[in-house]
Amino acid sequence: MNLIAVGLNYRTAPIELRERLAVPEGRLPEALARLKNWPRVTEGVILSTCNRVELYAVVKETELGSASLGEFMTTMASEVAAEQILPRLYYLEGQEAIRHLFRVAASLDSMIVGEPQILGQVKDAFEAALAHKSTGVVLNKVMKKAISVGKRVRSETGIAEHAVSVSYAAVELARKIFQNLSEQAVLLVGVGEMGKLAARHLIDAGVRQMMITNRNLDRAIDLAKRFNALPIPFHEFHHEMAGADIVVCATGADAYVIGPEDVQRALRSRGNRPMFLIDIGDPRNIDPAVGALDNAYLYNIDDLQGQVVMNLEQRRHEALRAEDIVGEEVPPLVRWMKTLDVVPTIMALRRKAEEIQRAEVERTLARLGPVSPRQRQLVESLAAAITNKLLHAPLVAIKAEADSPNGTLYAEIAQRLFNLEKELEAELPAEAGEELESPQQPLFRQEEESP
Amino acid sequence: MNVVFFKVTLLLYFLGTILFLTQLAGRSEGVVRVSFASAGIGFFFHTLALVSRMIEAGHIPLTTMHEALSFFSWALVLVFLVVELRYRTHILGSFILPLAFISLISAAALPTEIKALEPILRNVWMHVTLSLLGTVAFAVAFVAGLMYLIQEHLLKSKHLNVLYHKLPPLDFLDELNGRAILLGFPLLTLGIITGALFAEFARGSFLNWNAEQIGALGTWLFYLVVLLGRVTVGWRAKKAAYLTVVGFAGVIFTLVGVIVKGPHPLA
Repeated sequence: MNLIAVGLNYRTAPIELRERLAVPEGRLPEALARLKNWPRVTEGVILSTCNRVELYAVVKETELGSASLGEFMTTMASEVAAEQILPRLYYLEGQEAIRHLFRVAASLDSMIVGEPQILGQVKDAFEAALAHKSTGVVLNKVMKKAISVGKRVRSETGIAEHAVSVSYAAVELARKIFQNLSEQAVLLVGVGEMGKLAARHLIDAGVRQMMITNRNLDRAIDLAKRFNALPIPFHEFHHEMAGADIVVCATGADAYVIGPEDVQRALRSRGNRPMFLIDIGDPRNIDPAVGALDNAYLYNIDDLQGQVVMNLEQRRHEALRAEDIVGEEVPPLVRWMKTLDVVPTIMALRRKAEEIQRAEVERTLARLGPVSPRQRQLVESLAAAITNKLLHAPLVAIKAEADSPNGTLYAEIAQRLFNLEKELEAELPAEAGEELESPQQPLFRQEEESP
Repeated sequence: MNVVFFKVTLLLYFLGTILFLTQLAGRSEGVVRVSFASAGIGFFFHTLALVSRMIEAGHIPLTTMHEALSFFSWALVLVFLVVELRYRTHILGSFILPLAFISLISAAALPTEIKALEPILRNVWMHVTLSLLGTVAFAVAFVAGLMYLIQEHLLKSKHLNVLYHKLPPLDFLDELNGRAILLGFPLLTLGIITGALFAEFARGSFLNWNAEQIGALGTWLFYLVVLLGRVTVGWRAKKAAYLTVVGFAGVIFTLVGVIVKGPHPLA
């Protein structure tokens, strides 16, 4: 039994291919059902986002299982030839698959390291798989652990702190001037792409009102409709500026559109309440002298970009700490998975012992003739005590060795020594795994010794 | 018993001050919790100290300078705890707790014995309480103003460091500043009125132009101007922050003058 991961992401495949392979939410149930019944797969989870399509599965044999999963990937987009998909896939197994999943959940494998969505997407993928019963003991545990690692990384490192895009950096700055953006009004001067993007972020941040002005008023009106904003004629906007707490200036003008005297006037009529001015025009739209005015905070595109670069640098630094956390969390899970490998042997050995025990007890009781309940109980206890005591040491050894370099060697020896082939065929892995979830629980039933 | 509680408080405030100051340096979720805990537990012991002193003295312990400073420190920490629980602006502690600690250690340096209450001073606690609460409000305004000036400087110089991330938004600080003065001014006014009435009652004159009274009136006038300026001509934001920082320096100056000069004219 082994955990494998097969998939492609933004590093290995172009967006067109990723889009085709992506499983929309509506088709996820069908895909999960297919994966569950796919040859060699015993458990499976599908993680599909715009940056990656990955399958996590539990298989009996790693190599055959990986090939089988690769084949499954080629069936996910019927119109794409297998030759286009197969070379772009990466195959991971065991420890590496676990590490990869943890890094994905921690947003260390993301295009923008630290971006917050991926953890939610991992959660959703797991929940969908749970709902469609395509997971079992192994993936349940692995996925839960991955989610908790993702959370731990977010709370213990600064990987997701601070803006890494210019627009978001502007919003972050606005939040350090105004505690409550929902009470602030924004004036957007110009309808250029960068300005629109910044305005969109401010709207998402919940600003109270948006005013839009442009030399060509029609375009301001168009955009105002889309943003649910108020269009303002260009020649009037200097007067409206007093009502704006945040001014985003992004015109293609060659000269300054806003000068210090404009801002001074606006500040006076708004009782010196601070103003945040963002100049994302190229060349500059706002006279830098504005930045020297009290209560006016002027940031231009270079300032914001500088901020982004610094934040990215910090994220990289925090990512190293996140990697350490992932490194800490992988080995315990790997150990748990190794003990899982010997569970069938342990179960089989136990079952065989119990069968022999039961048969011998019945035979002895039949020979004894009529016995009192007390006597019957004594005979049963005797038999149970002998098998349990005899099996205790080998069972503990098999489990302990699973985590050593010997691996399943001892389990295999036990299979030979006790001739367990028949019992192994009747194994029930799911049930066995559940038992191992709690390490305190004994591996075989310890019946009470009779007094 | 009150002395033991007082010493424990002093120790905890010292610890809290150190911890809160280390918070200024870097990210520190663990430190935040410990420093908040030491302030909270310190406040608990401080309350015990004040209550037990009241029981031991048999009157409200606000008649000596030691008692006044201790109460001032207690009220500061109370304000911090309330604001912290409400707004989670941890960094406020980095400014208020040192202030509370300085006030408390000054109290410790002054004569600590409980004085028998002269009958004439039976009602002086009202004047002292009101004046001190007013001063606490001005201290909060001072801290808010100081934080404002730091944050404003960081924003202007585009030096967006750890401190920038920890300091609250400008308008929050400005609001805190404004509210503190709005609350502090009437308290100080009432403190001065009760003081004058008390002086009339005890000494037969409302005013005798001693340094303390001049200082108090000067302070009152100053904050009156600051308050009116905010309401009428928009003295808010940076200007208000400057004025309250400078104004509080005047308050401290007066206070130190009173301490150095000797006992309160009435005590």
